[in-house]
Amino acid sequence: MSSRPESGASASASEQQALTRELHGLVSWYTVGVVAFIVLLAVLEQLGLSRLWIGLIFLMGTLALYATIGILSRTTDEVEYYVAGRRVPAIYNGLATGADWMSAASFIGVAGTLYLSGYSGLAFIVGWTGGYCLVALLLAPYLRRFGQFTISDFLGERYGGVLPRLLGIAAAILCSFVYVVAQIYGVGIVTARLTGVDFEVGIFLGLGGILLCSFLGGMRAVTWTQVAQYVILMIAYLVPVVWLSVKQTGVPVPQLVYGYQLEKVTAMEQSLIEDPREIEVRKAYALRAEQLAEKLKDPARALRQDRRAAEQQLAVLRANAAPAREIAEAEKALAALPRDAQAARQQWSQALAQAETKSRPLNGMPFQGQAFAGDPQGSPAEQAEFELSRLNFLALVFCLMVGTAALPHILIRYYTVPSVRQARRSVAWSVLFILLLYVTAPALAVLVKYEVFTSVVGTPFSQLPEWVAAWNKVDPSLLSVTDINQDGVLQLNEMTIGGDIIVLAGPAIAGLPYVVSALVAAGALAAALSTADGLLLTISSALSHDLYYKMIDPAASTARRVTIAKVVLLVVALAAAYVAAQRPADILFLVSAAFSFAASAFFPALVLGIFWKRATGLGAWLGMLSGLGLTLYYMAVNQPWMRSVLGITRPVDLWWGIQPISAGVFGVPLGFAVIILVSLLAPERDKGAAELVERIRYPGA
Amino acid sequence: MESRENRRIYWLRVQRVTAVLMCIWFVAGLAIHFFARELSFRFFGWPFSFWMAAQGSLLIFLLIVVFYVWIMERLDREHGFDQDPH
Repeated sequence: MSSRPESGASASASEQQALTRELHGLVSWYTVGVVAFIVLLAVLEQLGLSRLWIGLIFLMGTLALYATIGILSRTTDEVEYYVAGRRVPAIYNGLATGADWMSAASFIGVAGTLYLSGYSGLAFIVGWTGGYCLVALLLAPYLRRFGQFTISDFLGERYGGVLPRLLGIAAAILCSFVYVVAQIYGVGIVTARLTGVDFEVGIFLGLGGILLCSFLGGMRAVTWTQVAQYVILMIAYLVPVVWLSVKQTGVPVPQLVYGYQLEKVTAMEQSLIEDPREIEVRKAYALRAEQLAEKLKDPARALRQDRRAAEQQLAVLRANAAPAREIAEAEKALAALPRDAQAARQQWSQALAQAETKSRPLNGMPFQGQAFAGDPQGSPAEQAEFELSRLNFLALVFCLMVGTAALPHILIRYYTVPSVRQARRSVAWSVLFILLLYVTAPALAVLVKYEVFTSVVGTPFSQLPEWVAAWNKVDPSLLSVTDINQDGVLQLNEMTIGGDIIVLAGPAIAGLPYVVSALVAAGALAAALSTADGLLLTISSALSHDLYYKMIDPAASTARRVTIAKVVLLVVALAAAYVAAQRPADILFLVSAAFSFAASAFFPALVLGIFWKRATGLGAWLGMLSGLGLTLYYMAVNQPWMRSVLGITRPVDLWWGIQPISAGVFGVPLGFAVIILVSLLAPERDKGAAELVERIRYPGA
Repeated sequence: MESRENRRIYWLRVQRVTAVLMCIWFVAGLAIHFFARELSFRFFGWPFSFWMAAQGSLLIFLLIVVFYVWIMERLDREHGFDQDPH
């Protein structure tokens, strides 16, 4: 198998420079245009434009923009379609990687996790940024020097034989499909919120946007829409945080000053724990938890009792000719009882879990600033809790780092730059653009917590800020309040908050006009769409380039190959939308699991393939298979949702207490060990592989 | 052969740079967080360990990658692999 000349389509040096200059101008004007558009809508809102219209204009405006870029970038050229002609300047590939990387989970989820679980949420921030050091030092420059289209290309050519390539295809599809379903799910939710259409309609609207971006122009279109999307998502993320920071501290750089707000939050946490009314609320929930636990001992009997009591009350009310409203309420209460013992068990278990959380200090949240749970100087149980929490934090950081460096849709981005040198520079730009969002997320979490502690907790129910009622109406699981101790004042533990609200309601919490809320939704949409584009392209390349062209029909013409790639993309997109429309449970777990899958399947084979000439094909596919196999096994045996799907009933068996989400900590070392051992025990002399390794180590020449 | 020797030395230096930076990455990205509870002294308002995980590690990652770009471009020049458009 011979490799094609490395930079067949790449432009000469001066052309490249002229292109970069032109792009700088274009992107600056575009950014000014976006800001002007937002200001214009803000003015229109003041003049009385309705919220629905603002949402619609944002949705349609941004989708039309992405579609225009997508259509302008249409192509039938193979190098253009798979790797954007290999002439994307480093900084723009950095921007595109930033958007490709930041999914709905990063945009909406991270700040929420940081709000709800404090320090342990930082594992995502450290892991997802630190992974790029591995990309920069171990992978990107070498893959660019290799210079083909996909990750399986590298595995196939480096290790030879069918199995490494086939395993590469399978693993790339496994991680990317799970991930793309989550993105399309996110697109559906955001579109539905922004315009008020149904979730399913939202999915297909968003799908239209995704397809317009990637269908006609492949990587070339995806790259330039991602640059456009990065600008929108970053502006959308920064505006509310900066505003909150100015409001609370007077300084417009939240990243520098939120330490002082964190200090105040910590002081408030201490006083909230000791507050007598909070203690009263916690006791009330503890009592409720006890009652529920009692009921759950014999759900059938407890349900019969409840039903009898409700019926009796209704009868009494009717006999006494009580007001219609009271009777209607009693009827409603009776109808709301679980249908049978099975339903009762489920409903009450959930209520029990919630009541138990709410009987703990700070609504079950740890101290915002405290590293790890437990206490190293405390009782043996507390010491064990501390060790376990620390171990799991580090294991998660490790898996996220290695997983980042092994996700195919990120790695193929570095095929699109003109040279090895540009590939290195491009990773540095990527880190910068990704870091901008990740240093801001903890600031947002802390500032929102300060806002909640000062202007919501301790406020009479009649005077709660308007956004509390507004978001409760959108979705009670995102925000709900109940006055359990009947004192007319909201205590912290009387409020249930879902993580997603921290970003989505940020503008309302900061007291900004609705136009900013719409902007944030458009930003979330940009984050989800850009990631979905990159992932779909990866899956379609794996099927059309790796499977069809390289393995089934090597004689296919270029035009035919690109056409097939487009058809496959369409089919995969529809399949992903179909799965997303089923609202799969535990989608967040699956996304995080994708990191462990990618880490254990790709990382050892790629790194050893580049740095160790003696790594053999047999070793590689055995290593990939055993690493991925162990990771899958550990998750299947220990993760509640996987257990229920697969019907596994034997007891959970955690190794050293590591959570199933971090199964990669076992898969990655096993993958390395197997490749090394097999390669040493059954050495092969493959001249082509040795030459390939030799070639990719030296740039240029 | 001169060029073979040149390639050997280049690759040796690349490996050395990579190994040193990987060690820094390991310490700043993983090892330091092992001692997070011990390192919770006050740092501009933040507990130091919180700041480290929220910003410090990230900035060190950026420095590692930027330094790598700089040193590798120097190595490329010194060993004559500098064939890129500028």
